[in-house]
Amino acid sequence: MAETAPISADFAPWEAPDAKPIIQFKNVTKRFGDFTAIDDLTIDIFPQEFFSLLGPSGCGKTTMMRMLAGFESPTEGTILLDGQDIAPVPPNKRAVNMMFQSYALFPHLSVSDNIAFGLKRDGLSKDKIADRVEEMLKLVQLSQFASRKPHQISGGQRQRVALARSLAKAPKLLLLDEPLGALDKKLRQETQFELMDIQEKTGTTFVIVTHDQEEAMTVSSRVAVMDHGKIIQVATPQQIYEEPNSVYVADFIGDVNIIRGTAKRADGDHVHITFAADHAPLIAATKRDIAEGSEVALAIRPEKIAISTEKPEDRNNAIQGKVLDIAYLGNISTYHVELPGGAVVKAQTANTRRVHRRSFTWDDSVWLSWTDTAGAVLVE
Amino acid sequence: MRRLSWFNTVSLTLGFAFLYIPMIILVIYSFNAGKLVTVWTGFSTKWYGELFQNEAFLNAAWVTLKVAVISSTFATVLGTMAAYVMVRGGRFYGRTLFSGMIYAPLVMPEVITGLSLLLLFIAIGLDRGTLTIVLAHTTFSMCYVSVVVSSRLVTFDRSLEEAALDLGCTPFDAFKSVTLPIIAPAVISGWLLAFTLSLDDLVIASFTSGPSSTTLPIKIFSAVRLGVSPEINALSSIMIGIVAFGVITTSLMSKRAITRRQAEENKAVQ
Repeated sequence: MAETAPISADFAPWEAPDAKPIIQFKNVTKRFGDFTAIDDLTIDIFPQEFFSLLGPSGCGKTTMMRMLAGFESPTEGTILLDGQDIAPVPPNKRAVNMMFQSYALFPHLSVSDNIAFGLKRDGLSKDKIADRVEEMLKLVQLSQFASRKPHQISGGQRQRVALARSLAKAPKLLLLDEPLGALDKKLRQETQFELMDIQEKTGTTFVIVTHDQEEAMTVSSRVAVMDHGKIIQVATPQQIYEEPNSVYVADFIGDVNIIRGTAKRADGDHVHITFAADHAPLIAATKRDIAEGSEVALAIRPEKIAISTEKPEDRNNAIQGKVLDIAYLGNISTYHVELPGGAVVKAQTANTRRVHRRSFTWDDSVWLSWTDTAGAVLVE
Repeated sequence: MRRLSWFNTVSLTLGFAFLYIPMIILVIYSFNAGKLVTVWTGFSTKWYGELFQNEAFLNAAWVTLKVAVISSTFATVLGTMAAYVMVRGGRFYGRTLFSGMIYAPLVMPEVITGLSLLLLFIAIGLDRGTLTIVLAHTTFSMCYVSVVVSSRLVTFDRSLEEAALDLGCTPFDAFKSVTLPIIAPAVISGWLLAFTLSLDDLVIASFTSGPSSTTLPIKIFSAVRLGVSPEINALSSIMIGIVAFGVITTSLMSKRAITRRQAEENKAVQ
């Protein structure tokens, strides 16, 4: 299934100066009474992207999607689809289809009638509709369930019917509202790859709303991390993870250690961060322009921190600490280590050996170390 | 099956005796051979025979049926429309007032509804007859329909309608091809409720009926004032039979539908 890379390595229209976006939000604001759901938001989404809107509930991601579908209209600003303002276009006239979180399958219609529903509204001939339904059923591998009613199939199958129904009209843009939220974890992971595969096959632009960061990381070409109606960062999953632009993003995606301190310019791309009075400053590489003496946060992922009994010589940063706690997760273990200043840092190692043979345990004194490029220097 | 305790047995017996003894007595006496209602003289079905000879009763039955079918149909259409707007219309100006006013006739004394309708019909110069009864019954039963339908609409997943719009339906098309088929059971029970209300209404009908259009309840009521005849017993027994048949079939049908659906769902999960 995953043998075709869903997003080829050089797919990056957002970096091409002449690429034409399929969707443009231009200074869009949406208010519900006193509540501002979307706050002066500007973003371009390009054809064939798998674009994720990620954020906690109430961050405005669903409102953005509903504005694209036509169920809400912006209070201020414009939304362009293929260069055209879509504000005056009602939902039934938009070349946009949506897959609902609850799937919203019509309970009184069979699987194939559900898929045919939108096609019938287009006034296609019976044969054409039947062919297209057949094609869609094959795409989602549900041909043998064509005549079942939605309540006669399992949750995972319903999810695929909903997908087939929303793709049947070959929309320019497919909106997916928490498409995998109702599935259990294993099925969700399988379905993520299926989604990517289908997106690749159909070449449709997908905009997906999710609060599951792992899902966003897996499927997306780009992720927009949102908070309080604003986009905090838009970037590829790798950039979001490795080079977050704020503590919020670093903290939202995956596990992270935040070490706060005062920055001091060092040579070239490096800064020194003083985090405790009695400890040598940490060295970190950054391309950002950091003002002398400003308060910064160093964000380091636990898996980028090595843990050892001896002080390593080849890494720029090494701190001695005491093991407070060990979380054993099977494939990996997370060590909670207390630093001299009292801060607790998490370090992760793969359990390549059996647990009873590991070299440190509770209350052991250990060295934590990382390189100058391991973390991201963030200004708040 | 669990055996009931003596206390529960007694409560159950008392309760049901209270509910059903009057009806049972009525049915038994409808098979009485004698003319006196309270003295048993032997088994006979002659009162049923005589009932079907009685032109006046048959006429009244026909009027009642006609009124019930037409008025409950109108009430269902109006009540469903009202319920839809109340639940789906969003927060338009005066919504709370309107939804309160839709339910007000539920608690309005029938005498007042009847009287005000009578005054209205006189004021606009409408001759009382079958039409006025239909109008009156539509008026008072539509609020029952709207209660039943709106309670269904409240739990209706709105995203189903949005999905229909998203797939190219106009709002009316979405209502017709998605909402209506799904809420159909509630609409049908609303219709049945309106139908039975119309069938047994005496007070409002007596205000709004004319000389040519007597409904069955009016006919029975006026006949009883001259003394209860076994014919009335026979008529009432038939009505009990019809109602019981209707109630039992609908409950059996819905029970079977539920079991079938559960079986299908189990099959699907496997």
